[in-house]
Amino acid sequence: MNPLIVSGSPHIHGEMTIKSIMWGVVIALLPAWLAGVWFFGIAAVIVTLVSIASCVLFEFLIQKFVLKQETTINDGSAVVTGLLLAMNVPSSLPWWQVVIGSLVAIGIVKMAFGGLGKNLFNPALVARVFLLISFPVAMTTWPLPIESRANVFNFDGVTGPTPLGSLKTQLAMGQTLAQIKLPSYTDLFWGNIGGSLGEVSAIALIIGGIYLLYRKIITWHIPVSYILTAFIFSGILWLVNPNRYADPIFHILAGGLLIGAIFMATDLVTSPMTAWGKIIFGIGCGVLTIVIRVFGAYPEGVSFAILIMNAFVPLIDRAFKPKRFGEVK
Amino acid sequence: MDSSILYSIITLGLIGAGSAAILYWVASKFKVEEDPRIDAVAEALPQANCGGCGYAGCRNFAEAIVKTGSLDNLICPVGGDEVMKRIASILGLEAPAVESMIAVVRCNGSFQNSPSKFQYDGVKSCAFAHITFTGEGGCPYGCLGHGDCERACTFDAIHVNPATGLPEVNDKCTACGACVKACPRNIIEMRPRGKKDRRIYVTCMNKEKGAVARKNCEVACIGCNKCVKECRFDAITLSNNLAYIDPHKCTLCRKCVEVCPTNCILEVNLPPRKRAAQSDSPAEITA
Amino acid sequence: MLKTFQKGGVHPHENKLSANKPIQPIDPPAKIFIPLSQSLGAPSKPVVKKGDEVKAGDILAIGEAFISSNIHSPVSGKIEKIDDYFDVSGYRKPAIFIEVTGREWNESVDLSDELKEDIILDGASIIQKVKELGIVGLGGATFPTHVKLMVPQGKKAELLIINGVECEPYLTSDHRLMLEKPREIITGTRILMKALGVTKAIIGIENNKPDAINLLSKHASSYPGIEVCALKVKYPQGGEKQLIQALTGREVPSGKLPIEVGCIVQNVGTTFAVYQAIQKNKPLVERVVTVTGTNVLNPSNFLVKIGTPVSVLLGKAGWQPEKAGKVIAGGPMMGKALLNVEVPIVKGTSGILVLNREESFRPKVQPCIRCAKCVSACPMGLEPYYLARVSELEKYDLAENGAILDCIECGSCQYICPSARPLLDHIRLGKLKVNEIIRSRNQ
Repeated sequence: MNPLIVSGSPHIHGEMTIKSIMWGVVIALLPAWLAGVWFFGIAAVIVTLVSIASCVLFEFLIQKFVLKQETTINDGSAVVTGLLLAMNVPSSLPWWQVVIGSLVAIGIVKMAFGGLGKNLFNPALVARVFLLISFPVAMTTWPLPIESRANVFNFDGVTGPTPLGSLKTQLAMGQTLAQIKLPSYTDLFWGNIGGSLGEVSAIALIIGGIYLLYRKIITWHIPVSYILTAFIFSGILWLVNPNRYADPIFHILAGGLLIGAIFMATDLVTSPMTAWGKIIFGIGCGVLTIVIRVFGAYPEGVSFAILIMNAFVPLIDRAFKPKRFGEVK
Repeated sequence: MDSSILYSIITLGLIGAGSAAILYWVASKFKVEEDPRIDAVAEALPQANCGGCGYAGCRNFAEAIVKTGSLDNLICPVGGDEVMKRIASILGLEAPAVESMIAVVRCNGSFQNSPSKFQYDGVKSCAFAHITFTGEGGCPYGCLGHGDCERACTFDAIHVNPATGLPEVNDKCTACGACVKACPRNIIEMRPRGKKDRRIYVTCMNKEKGAVARKNCEVACIGCNKCVKECRFDAITLSNNLAYIDPHKCTLCRKCVEVCPTNCILEVNLPPRKRAAQSDSPAEITA
Repeated sequence: MLKTFQKGGVHPHENKLSANKPIQPIDPPAKIFIPLSQSLGAPSKPVVKKGDEVKAGDILAIGEAFISSNIHSPVSGKIEKIDDYFDVSGYRKPAIFIEVTGREWNESVDLSDELKEDIILDGASIIQKVKELGIVGLGGATFPTHVKLMVPQGKKAELLIINGVECEPYLTSDHRLMLEKPREIITGTRILMKALGVTKAIIGIENNKPDAINLLSKHASSYPGIEVCALKVKYPQGGEKQLIQALTGREVPSGKLPIEVGCIVQNVGTTFAVYQAIQKNKPLVERVVTVTGTNVLNPSNFLVKIGTPVSVLLGKAGWQPEKAGKVIAGGPMMGKALLNVEVPIVKGTSGILVLNREESFRPKVQPCIRCAKCVSACPMGLEPYYLARVSELEKYDLAENGAILDCIECGSCQYICPSARPLLDHIRLGKLKVNEIIRSRNQ
């Protein structure tokens, strides 16, 4: 007889593993990514492959040669980071900038903090912001959907503004909303607009979000509170002055709000642990996003909003404890 | 000259001067009168902050010494005799005789002596293994080998040998007692280092009946009383089927080592026996 | 919608392999071992000595302390000795060794199968008898039943809850008992109601046992005070506090007993034992034990004499020792891994689960990814990741503030953790340390 195995209870384990969570996120991102490929063509595929490959490679190299620990690239977390980063940049971004972004995401934001689970900020978002500040032109040159499909390296003439971008610049020129030509809700909904390669199609992102909820990888708290807050806040502004402020549905569908609310803010590592904490986190993200979009210098505020709220997560975790069973006050 | 530079210099200078005045005032207002001897004593201490004296750190210990004004029961085990003499001279007191101590591991249930009968699959911590089961060797008193002592040691003085699964103490041991507290089975004992670092002690903590203890471990103390009878100095006592050697009475005559049927009495740093090595004499182990 | 408790919980595979196997009595082997510590509280004191002859049903040891219980002989035989014997964790504890000579019962015990529904004794005598005949909670915690029935002064019991939940995967002993002895259980429920002086009782059964729900509902229909309630399948619904909340919506305050909200919870196995004690004068000397697991060829439900070594049951059920990795006393979520298959079945052993080697090892531990699954799975509303972390760092004051002592050790957090972190191991140790600290503070 073999020696019996001894350990404390429980003696069985659920099916969910880090691997299944990470690949679940990848599957959930696929519809939005495919929409990006449909609108922006082969360039989107190249950016994605470069991003994923370099993220995985950097993780492998750092773990193997710098930290000298077991490599964990199999768990899929680097793939998720790479895919998210690619989906948050324009498909026209030069490949070497994508590699730099990957290095920032994996090397600085993830590994320097201690690897998986230890990072304070969302790696893909920090990398995106880093690229935005370092290469502002490349990062705000948006290929036009459909028209730019055939282009792989030369996007001259087939670029245009994002809906939020044109809103911002034309408002600054003193036009009223009625005078500004914005894409229709249908285009916003299906994704026939300029923007980062993964953020354009609202319907694809929502499908991914439903899949994540179904698999119980995320809970409803952050996406719902984030989107609802952004809706209410921008709605109030719109009611105050519809000539100056865009309507709430436009704000929800345009830009990176949906990918942010469903995939970036819900990143397990950098979001709060309790239900109320998540709701507060979502509200903070929603308010900050609209504040930056409406009053800030940048047309888009999702990345900054989520990163700022990331910094508050330890505090939120401290302040919002779950209600204990039979708690005696 | 541009007047704005002048203004900047004047403003910054004034702010600086103002802050300095406030700092000076605060420092003199809230000055804490402290016995200067505390600093002197604290400086004499090893500054390991190990807690071996029973105080949180060296400074707390220094405060305690100066406050009570005596050295009774206040000993820095790390600094030992030398440091205590220095402290005594600072305070003008008589230095107590400090016996130099070392941690000894009172279990020899290595993988060879006490083979694994089970496979443990829980948290690799002795504290947790102890509340879960008897240990892989089956002895409910033996070393669990997960190294809680090693993690508790701040002096790099105790390490679990992967070949035997037992911790081994090296010369860096300062007798701070952290490992003694960390061990959930109280296997580690503080014993006097002994003359020339020579020690004899029982490497077993098993209080079970002989036959039961022996079942789990080749080198268990079976409470046979042979050593007690052999010892001419009344240094060995037997209680709960377990022998204990009083270090202060032991004369290192080694008679007990020879009679022990299970080789559970260990001699450390003693010279080889004059008689030619016998095949049945216990293997000598140096700590 | 079916009732259930509000917070947390998980739903492991039910794996009730032995649900269709009738309870099968098995003969005791030539020698049995009766541990003296079979209930929560102080060990019992033996009243027999080496060489004594005993009959089945004779008293072997008495529980002298307030929380302690009597132990009776399950067989007729000769006391071989009183000595230490392995318990589940491999430590040796005092036990009575009996050489089995036969199955002759003490004359006072009614061995007939006839159902006796009339309750003659009054409340106080029922409690006295329950104490004398050594009835303890058979759900696993083995709390002496008579202590539970004595409602403290100033408190009032208003509801009796019979726990037929059996939320642990694999185990089916309570399920089988409900199917085979429904009228005895209903009578037992009435006895307990009389002892407590309550007029209402609810039998809670999870919805994965529809046959038991139907059968008990049918038999309970003639007693207006007894209600059978189907519950949504969710672990750990069999936990006392969770079951009370599921059935009544009341929350037992932290650190308090169920009587605080007017409830008393008894397991169905205990209820059957109470029936046998009061109506048949039969002490608690045998119990239903599920022997199950993928390793076992014939997963079965056995009626086993207390003190029978586990190996006898495993042999009867056809286990495959060469493939076995873990033998667990109890269910897979809260059971204890055995070191030795020679340990005896005790009053609290509801099942023996044998896992194959490949199912026995824990998955590799990975870093916490802060997914908060443990927080949402905790039925007590705690933060397991935090409690495990502070316990690991030995910051026991933080653990105490985080209500570590509220943990019921159900294992939901560790079960659900995608990183397979040993959360409960750390929390369990933390609880011990915090208890130690509180005890030394109170001195």
